[in-house]
Amino acid sequence: MIRLVFPLIFSAALFSIGIYGVLARRNGVLVLMSIELMLNAVNVNLVAFNQYLRATLDPGSLAGELFAGQIFTLFVIAVAAAEVGIGLAIVILIYRNRETINVDEVNLLKW
Amino acid sequence: MTLHEWIFSGLGAVGILAAVRLVTARNVVHAALFLVVSLAMVAGVYLLLAAEFVAWVQVLIYVGAIVVLLLFGLMLTRAPIGREALDNQQRGISAVVAVGVLAGLSVLLWDTFRVSEIDLATSRTAEVGANLFESFVLPFEVVSFLLLAALIGAIVLARKEEAS
Repeated sequence: MIRLVFPLIFSAALFSIGIYGVLARRNGVLVLMSIELMLNAVNVNLVAFNQYLRATLDPGSLAGELFAGQIFTLFVIAVAAAEVGIGLAIVILIYRNRETINVDEVNLLKW
Repeated sequence: MTLHEWIFSGLGAVGILAAVRLVTARNVVHAALFLVVSLAMVAGVYLLLAAEFVAWVQVLIYVGAIVVLLLFGLMLTRAPIGREALDNQQRGISAVVAVGVLAGLSVLLWDTFRVSEIDLATSRTAEVGANLFESFVLPFEVVSFLLLAALIGAIVLARKEEAS
């Protein structure tokens, strides 16, 4: 038995730290790492609520969705893997063209 | 507090400390290693919440694959060491935003879910798999297509231009 607020507060803390990282870091790879932290916070929430609500679901009519939260977590992990692959490809391309990966120096589209 | 809650507090404290060090580290490789600790603690949290399959997927994909990918990214891009080189000038306002979000969320969550308790029933991997392939087949196929598109996109982006 574990109170639901424990995972929720943990996830909120991870999410806030990820927000700080995204806003305060200049290095593109470090920004990607902070985004991973935020995605993990969401995953913790999904798993916690799945385990919390499963006891209240009616297993007869909802047999197909009993583990929906955990399956969404798997999807989020897969999308995060794709996102990191594309993100790193963009970072390496920018590094090759501009000799820097500081996100505040990449301002071609800014006026 | 029950035993579960004590263990959860330990895992959570280590994970949050590692995350804080991740966003304040002055060396990018150290930041990646703190990310490993933080993700491993999240995997421990999944185990504690009796979501075994998700926990091992987390270890395999995140700790095993994504962190290695990020380390390759760090290796291929030369990053200077030091606070001024890695952080921008918005540290103060970012900290204010982060603490504000945390405070707001904590108050709301505490107010809403103070008395809710998780009944820790085990989730068997076979049941999760049956669920996945009974009700989520189309999203599963879409994810496989997404991964293929990401693979091709990453290759196209990172490939060196051939002189034509």
